[in-house]
Amino acid sequence: MSRMRCRRCRGPAAIEIRRHNAAFCRACFIHHVHEQVRRAIDGHAMFEPADRILVAVSGGKDSLALWDVLLDMGYDAGGLYLGLGIGGYSSRSADVVRTFAQERDADLLEVDLAAAYGFDIPTAGRKGSRSTCSVCGLSKRYVFNRAAIEHGYDVIATGHNLDDEAATLLGNTLRWQTDYIARQSPVLAAEDGLLKKVKPLYRLSELETAGYAFLRGIEYVVEECPLVAGNTQLRYKQVLNHLEAASPGTKAQFFLSYLERGAPLFARQDEVTLRPCQECGQPTTGRFCAFCRARAQVLGRRLGEPPTDLEVARGSSSEVLPAEIHGPPR
Amino acid sequence: MIVRVRLRNPDREIEVAGDRKVHDVLIELGIDPDTVLVIRDRELLTRHDRVGEDELIEIRPVISGGAGAAVRGGRS
Repeated sequence: MSRMRCRRCRGPAAIEIRRHNAAFCRACFIHHVHEQVRRAIDGHAMFEPADRILVAVSGGKDSLALWDVLLDMGYDAGGLYLGLGIGGYSSRSADVVRTFAQERDADLLEVDLAAAYGFDIPTAGRKGSRSTCSVCGLSKRYVFNRAAIEHGYDVIATGHNLDDEAATLLGNTLRWQTDYIARQSPVLAAEDGLLKKVKPLYRLSELETAGYAFLRGIEYVVEECPLVAGNTQLRYKQVLNHLEAASPGTKAQFFLSYLERGAPLFARQDEVTLRPCQECGQPTTGRFCAFCRARAQVLGRRLGEPPTDLEVARGSSSEVLPAEIHGPPR
Repeated sequence: MIVRVRLRNPDREIEVAGDRKVHDVLIELGIDPDTVLVIRDRELLTRHDRVGEDELIEIRPVISGGAGAAVRGGRS
């Protein structure tokens, strides 16, 4: 059989996207990815050309692809890398992020969780009551929001792709977590102390983001986080991939149709009054925010007590920003 | 007539019969073509491309399930 042809230019294809019943050459595929991101940005008024965007970068294909697309489109996009303290995996991730930023002369912020907050993710997974992935996600949301505000950014962009969103929706639907379902959106508006958050890759599958990263020559960390084994999200992705193999387009239909026709049926049930966390002063629904609670548990200290000398030296005890607002229901 | 295949996560190398389509190699290995990039000499292969004798290809998974994408519809 002769080589597949590009749908746009009829040249030799580099990648096939079965859900679009199409193949693309390198240049036309990059055009396709930009087009999908453009539709996402414009369709949900994610940001304006003058906005400063902070991209949450992990060193993986999605976040680096997103950063690359936004820079290529001419946006003022900086990156934030959070050091999680997961051994060589974190070291290698930091290296690829730094290389990416240097090659593009892009602004990169780095925060080391242990240095700034006194714990790393493996320790939190062992000592805390939350799962490793849960406390990791919680910490990321907390630090990204804080850093974005401190450094004058207008919006936070994350690399969540179509597979991520479809798997999340499947999980929430299996549990009929209607409050979570109601809040699943490519855009979360800013509210008291919380910056606007957007997901410009939500129209692109993991195959597309990986293909884009490869074809753009982006070096990314291929290895999976060593702590993620058994992650529920992965199981949902595998189930959806089985359906997708039998019927290409199922994932897109599930999530994109939800946004169009399902989302209006789920009224938000999490309208609550925010008040300052008594530990860090940032908005929360309870007395203490989830990040402060998790952190105190890991560090073995009681919330509400004065900070230790070490915490005073770090300057982080009473300055931390909101955490749980976008995690568990408020 | 074999083709060497580099698999990832964990990294390892195996040998399978060559001189056939990528699709056939993936099917033999039980891999869904939509979940991997197939790479030869720094170029992507589609499932209809053929792999020849004594070639080395990398089969790189695209699925990631890192932290922060927990079940809830929250932000990360």
